[in-house]
Amino acid sequence: MNRLLAFAPVLLAALFSTPGWADGAPPAPVPNKGDTAWLITATLLVVMMATPGLGLFYGGMVRAKNMLSVLMQTLVIFCLLGVLWAVYGYSLAFTDGNAFIGGFDKLFMKGVTPETVVATFSKGVVLPEYLFASFELTFAAITPALIIGGFAERIKFSAVLIFMVLWFTFSYIPMAHMVWYWAGPDAFTSAEAAAKAGEFAGFLFNKGALDFAGGTVVHINAGVAALVGAYMVGPRIGYRRESMAPHSLTMTLVGASLLFVGWFGFNVGSALEAGATAGLAFFNTLVAACAATVAWTVIEALFKGKPSMLGAVSGAIAGLVVITPACGLVGPMGAIIMGFLGGIVCYWGVNGLKRMLGVDDSLDVFGVHGVGGILGALLTGVFASPELGGTGVWDYVANAPAAYDMGAQLVAQSWGAGTAVVWSGVVSWIAFKLIDVTIGLRVSEEDEREGLDLSAHGESAYHV
Amino acid sequence: MKWISAIIKPFKLDEVRMALNAVGVQGLTVTDVKGFGRQKGHTELYRGAEYVVDFLPKVKVEAAVHDDVLDSAIAAIEQAAATGKIGDGKIFVFDLARAVRIRTGESGAAAI
Repeated sequence: MNRLLAFAPVLLAALFSTPGWADGAPPAPVPNKGDTAWLITATLLVVMMATPGLGLFYGGMVRAKNMLSVLMQTLVIFCLLGVLWAVYGYSLAFTDGNAFIGGFDKLFMKGVTPETVVATFSKGVVLPEYLFASFELTFAAITPALIIGGFAERIKFSAVLIFMVLWFTFSYIPMAHMVWYWAGPDAFTSAEAAAKAGEFAGFLFNKGALDFAGGTVVHINAGVAALVGAYMVGPRIGYRRESMAPHSLTMTLVGASLLFVGWFGFNVGSALEAGATAGLAFFNTLVAACAATVAWTVIEALFKGKPSMLGAVSGAIAGLVVITPACGLVGPMGAIIMGFLGGIVCYWGVNGLKRMLGVDDSLDVFGVHGVGGILGALLTGVFASPELGGTGVWDYVANAPAAYDMGAQLVAQSWGAGTAVVWSGVVSWIAFKLIDVTIGLRVSEEDEREGLDLSAHGESAYHV
Repeated sequence: MKWISAIIKPFKLDEVRMALNAVGVQGLTVTDVKGFGRQKGHTELYRGAEYVVDFLPKVKVEAAVHDDVLDSAIAAIEQAAATGKIGDGKIFVFDLARAVRIRTGESGAAAI
């Protein structure tokens, strides 16, 4: 049995109130105030990652004439998908359906009330459902916003929004369902009950793929979409001939720092409880980010002669990406090794690999999130091993750690990473193609030269 | 009347202003400019992207002077702006055909 990160909203309150329970039945679990308070905080931290965090991180890296277009895209994508999450996203991701997608039972948040609760990772511990749906909303809304770095500075605003609706619906929601949807630990009372609960769990959950906070669902998923987008939209005019230097690395540092802090909401919040696993996830997230920052700085100084600030913050983000699927499952030394490897491999992702691919992935979404996500997914299978300081996986039927087979776990992790690459790649390609043959993907050459701030939004970021 | 246009290193601006003041130059106009001469540019590296920056930031100092202070003004700039390293800049001198002080309408030498 896997100790995965998702859990199906279980309507325990409703269940326990149905007639037929004998007198003396256990009282319905009520949410713990500490858990609830932490999840409110964690959700706010992820909201902070989106508009100020990601917006400024990306915005600083584009030219001054496109600053507002990046800020605008992150803000509007987040808000548009937030609405769609309430309309159909939550239902399709987190209700019973098949192994690939949920159903329509909670369309328009039907049946969700202030009293309904969802399972966590501990038996008998629950969270208010509205809060769980909010926490998951922030993931569903920030992940598509990550993609815009691949085709920044040249895409039509309308094309971005249409793509995001298609990709959210056909790639994010199915991936979230496949990886995170399960019946919750309370369903695992016996081997038969576990087998029955498995019938409605997600495809990758049943494969045993571990993804604590979204390495496959968030980072590989978005990284691949950005690479496909960069390829389909084509390079910026003047790519590799004109200077496209970042206009404000100070903004980039401010944004990256907000992401760094917000990431604790993302990773530690994914424990869903303010408890022991949250403590582990917190420490691992912290040391992995530190290790990756040091690694990128050292390797850049060795290979390029000078350690750059942009390199150091890229290292921090790379470390946070790599530890995301592993943060509640590995030990601190495993996290440090993962961080170091993340810094080095993502450095290659934005240098050697980028030259090999020959695609203008403008802000290196694939090089950092795609490559870091794949590395993190695979290394989770290695360092989750109890022999290497990890927690292993939990057997909810026996209520004890299950035997850990690293080979089998690596196969499961490869299923997770491979499915995300192929699924997101195919959905993205079809979505971009559809937009290309209907309204078109790119702005005119004249508009691109003028900058998207003026040509698409009618305003300028700076008046000096 | 002469028009002096000097391209100098930005951090030398204050010294040049004080030196020109000392020889009796009453006013200047300063512009931030970019350019290149014999001094080479530099390379900037942003992750995998490398950009060669050919145009370096310089300051252009311009002043209208009387013929009799021309030589001392040129000498003042030369001395104040020099570091001895490549990229110190250049001084250009033009004949000035006419000058008018807008407030009073004075023209010619009286206007500068």
